Amino acid sequence: MVAQQHIVRAYDEELKFLSARIGAMGGHAERMVERAVQALVTSDTALAQRIIVDDKMLDDAQREIDEKAIIIIARRQPLAHDLREIIGSIRISSDLERIGDLGKNIAKRVVAVSEARQPLRVFRGMEALSGLALAQLKEVLDIFASRSVDRIASLRDRDDQIDQMYTSLFRELLTYMMEDPRNIAPCTHLLFCAKNIERIGDHATNIAETVYYTATGRQLPAERPKDDLSHDVIAPMAGSQ
Amino acid sequence: MAAEGLERRQDRPSHLSMLAILIVALLAIAVLCALQPVLLWPGLGFALALIVVALVTSGRAAERIALPDSGPWSRQDVQTPPSFSQLDLARAVADPLIVFDRNGVVVHANPAALSAFDPVTPGTMLQLRFRAPELQSLVEHALNGTDDREPVDYAERFPVERMYRVSVARLDTTRGLFALIFRDHSEARRIDRMRADFIANASHELRTPLASISGFIETLRGPARNDAAARDRFLGIMQDQTGRMARLIDDLLSLSRVEMKPMLKPGETADLRPILEAVIATIGPRAKEAGVTIETDLEEGEAKVLGDRDELFQVFENLLENACKYGRSGKQVDIGLHRITDGGQTGIAASVRDHGQGIPAEHIPRITERFYRIDAEASRNQKGTGLGLAIVKHIVTRHNARLLIRSKIGEGTEFTVFFPDQPAMS
Ligand SMILES: Nc1ncnc2c1ncn2[C@@H]1O[C@H](COP(=O)(O)OP(=O)(O)OP(=O)(O)O)[C@@H](O)[C@H]1O
Ligand SMILES: [Mg+2]
Repeated sequence: MVAQQHIVRAYDEELKFLSARIGAMGGHAERMVERAVQALVTSDTALAQRIIVDDKMLDDAQREIDEKAIIIIARRQPLAHDLREIIGSIRISSDLERIGDLGKNIAKRVVAVSEARQPLRVFRGMEALSGLALAQLKEVLDIFASRSVDRIASLRDRDDQIDQMYTSLFRELLTYMMEDPRNIAPCTHLLFCAKNIERIGDHATNIAETVYYTATGRQLPAERPKDDLSHDVIAPMAGSQ
Repeated sequence: MAAEGLERRQDRPSHLSMLAILIVALLAIAVLCALQPVLLWPGLGFALALIVVALVTSGRAAERIALPDSGPWSRQDVQTPPSFSQLDLARAVADPLIVFDRNGVVVHANPAALSAFDPVTPGTMLQLRFRAPELQSLVEHALNGTDDREPVDYAERFPVERMYRVSVARLDTTRGLFALIFRDHSEARRIDRMRADFIANASHELRTPLASISGFIETLRGPARNDAAARDRFLGIMQDQTGRMARLIDDLLSLSRVEMKPMLKPGETADLRPILEAVIATIGPRAKEAGVTIETDLEEGEAKVLGDRDELFQVFENLLENACKYGRSGKQVDIGLHRITDGGQTGIAASVRDHGQGIPAEHIPRITERFYRIDAEASRNQKGTGLGLAIVKHIVTRHNARLLIRSKIGEGTEFTVFFPDQPAMS
């Protein structure tokens, strides 16, 4: 990539501002998801409450990025790489904002879930699932930071793992519901939580696509055919399950 | 690699060589001019230019340092990198240390930082790489010149959890250089967590055998007081249960131990071949007892991987033990060691395959969780605690390797540990 020379210093400042905001949003979203799952697993309703309030930062930041980006486009009429960079910021911030919403949604369900005692095993599964999704998110944002897009290929595998883990949790929760009708309400909430986590993984994948496009100007190549019988197991959060 | 790029050139020899070249060139021009008077003026002009160039370059040589590749964010004003003594200092520090400029762009990362936070190459924007809110505000405060912030705690969770206490220091006021210093205190924090974890897991898992033992004691003291046959049987069961509790504690401790030291000692290598052979020798007798034969297909040659011999032994011991226990009905377990290509990466794959009943697909993503057992009863009969694969997974992750599980109902299961070739470390 040829590093374009920018004459106008302020312009670079503006671009950098966008990136710094994305960094802050990313950190906030990662934290929200992590804490939401923690609140769920430990039935910490106070923590859940704090997460719900915290979500505002992401909404504000997203709006701010949108506005700034539009102003930059209007004023500077950027081309090629810079334009992709700016559009990329808009897209990534919207994915991060959605991730925050999903985290908040998990936090909102903590009260309902904590009313009944759930088998420990479900929570371990939930932690493992969120560990995968969070690892995915972290990796994507780290790649964004360094633009080392060659690493993106390895993210795909984790996508499949998240899907498999989700399916497995889904079945398990269904079993609990069938065993005892009193489990139906809390397990339904847990099902939604699991679904939310799975969607967080999807948003992380979206971000990966945006990052790839921003850096290269090309769409991420289609996925290689996958082998149905093979399961790649990579440790999620250390010591969390 | 950045450190290499910043290596300073010795300026004294370069001065001398510059002078020598200059003299030779001037002599050559003088000789030329003597032979061809027409060339006098162009010759003189050229000589003048040479002198100017020589003076400028030799003057600069003292300051000039080769800049490392500038990344995406340093394309406008590239900061003058820190002076040599600082860089040498940074390299000498064992903790991760990152030097950044007033734009929040990484100028230098010492080797410890490069290996801990890969990728954090020069040019990376600090606020994009370290996104935790506490770190964001730490860096922001430093950049805004509000000094002397308290250190903050920072955790990197993947691929293995590590905890740091991070502080920022201003290196150079005029040029606006800062250092971000990470003190690793994972160990201390992990010990805390291990304690909490151990209590949570142990209390949960030990409850069942404890309850059964106390039940039997009650029976022995009450209704079965004078029944010799029952007493014998009950004592036998109680012994099994205490054995199970002891194993559980051993496994829990062993898991905690591997979790405690998440980092491999760099540079340590192990040859998989002798490890597999040692595992087979250890499990062999038990396999024979269970009526299982072990077939090997180990590719010739060295199978060196980065890693810890004892830990890798533990991995394959667990896998082979499982294959003999749960794949017993297949009568045969195959152990393979090959160079393969997986997902575009080449590397070494060591596999343990049984011909037992297989693992249903929905359980596969889960069986590496702690205490996850497909059939708790069957596992208990096999004296299993459900921690074996959790330990395996942890060690494998730490080795930057991958655990692949393939299974087909009725045909058996194959566990493969894939060690991708490491790119040559710089
Ligand atoms: N080769 C295999 N074939 C079928 N099932 C397996 C196989 N290996 C493991 N499993 C299943 O995975 C579960 C978890 O295995 P893991 O090794 O973690 O625990 P364990 O063998 O029960 O106890 P431990 O190894 O701690 O003594 C087992 O209970 C078993 O149900
Ligand atoms: Mg085992």
